[in-house]
Amino acid sequence: MNITIVQYNAGNIQSVLYALERLGVTASVTDDPAMIQAADKVIFPGVGEASTAMAYLKERNLDQLIVSLKQPVLGICLGMQLMCKHSAENDTNCLGIFEEQVLAFKATENTTKVPQIGWNTITNLKTELFNGVSENSFAYFVHGYYAGLGENTIATSDYIQAYSSALHKNNFYGVQFHPEKSAVVGEQIIQNFLSLKS
Amino acid sequence: MLTKRIIPCLDIKDGRTVKGVNFEQIRDAGDPVELAALYASQGADELVFLDITATVEQRKTFSALVHKIAHRINIPFTVGGGIKSEEDVRVLLQNGADKISINTAAFLDPTTINRFAKQFGSQCIVLAIDAKCESDNNWYVYLNGGRTKTDKLVVDWAREAVDLGVGEILLTSMNHDGTKQGFALDITAQLSENLPVPIIASGGGGTEAHFLDVFTKGKADAALAASVFHYKEIAIPDLKQYLSQNGIAVRI
Repeated sequence: MNITIVQYNAGNIQSVLYALERLGVTASVTDDPAMIQAADKVIFPGVGEASTAMAYLKERNLDQLIVSLKQPVLGICLGMQLMCKHSAENDTNCLGIFEEQVLAFKATENTTKVPQIGWNTITNLKTELFNGVSENSFAYFVHGYYAGLGENTIATSDYIQAYSSALHKNNFYGVQFHPEKSAVVGEQIIQNFLSLKS
Repeated sequence: MLTKRIIPCLDIKDGRTVKGVNFEQIRDAGDPVELAALYASQGADELVFLDITATVEQRKTFSALVHKIAHRINIPFTVGGGIKSEEDVRVLLQNGADKISINTAAFLDPTTINRFAKQFGSQCIVLAIDAKCESDNNWYVYLNGGRTKTDKLVVDWAREAVDLGVGEILLTSMNHDGTKQGFALDITAQLSENLPVPIIASGGGGTEAHFLDVFTKGKADAALAASVFHYKEIAIPDLKQYLSQNGIAVRI
């Protein structure tokens, strides 16, 4: 199986690569459109800032390429947010695969810390991405922006308010948490993604 | 619900785990990769590896160790010790570290924080502060592994560093470190209530009740300890069960 990680200015590419290696899977990291197109599975990682990342993708025409992919695609963290329509992070138009909007967490009296950093539960799990994953499993999150709830929501979490911790539409999947750092739960989710039919 | 984190810390010298009591009297507590994998399987939420000899000795052994750890464990981990340049950070992140912690170098040149945050993102920059409460009842910043006193108040430095872009603060109380008499609750709460970043409390954890206190009274987001875990005085699954029974949200 040919697993390709989209290479761009994302901070967690290495961690994703290592996570796949721990599962015995070798992946290639590339920004070459032909190679991405030819992959069985595409992983779109992401740690960073939305407008910088989108500008980088556009410069290399990777934005149009990602939207046109037909094989299973998994966006992680900022990768998932970039697959949404718009991000409030520097008012950035994103890829528009998911209609959900990306908004900033606003600190409250009870929850004063933004970004959210740490382990939170994932619930209302839908689709085969979560096969074998129990409701209220824990996943590791680091994010200051979140995708709201919508028709593409396949997992929800709660921090300040309920939000989408995973999204799905057609061949596109996105997770707000870091499966590459979410212990055995994350490994199960990555395995499930790798098992999806191309 | 976001949970409180339990973080075992592994001090590394020449590729081995050690733990100093009051930063002295170092004892060997085993192979870091094995220990890290054990903690991850027991439910540790994160791990911290501090290269305690990095400022003076060859750093390549440590980078190689980070690489081995990254291939073995499936939870986030932070590495620190003697990090000064962008190149230091790049090498460690490239080898699989999720976050890096900075201490003395950031204090001596605070623009380090700006530069690192801009290039690698605040989410991977942890500021470690070695703090000591002096006879005037104020908490001061210490450098060089606790050997050098400064005139800077911990609260001032923490605020400045957050403004410059650190993503988390790892606060070690030198008064409490190695004593197993409990964490420094007052300064931990003071930072946690006034800063928008997570505070990781370190130094003094000796019993399960100490961990409960640091989350309730100390308002910490995470608690870090070393020897109580290394010498099996507290087992992580038991600790988390205890915290959960006492109303603290933890990952079990």
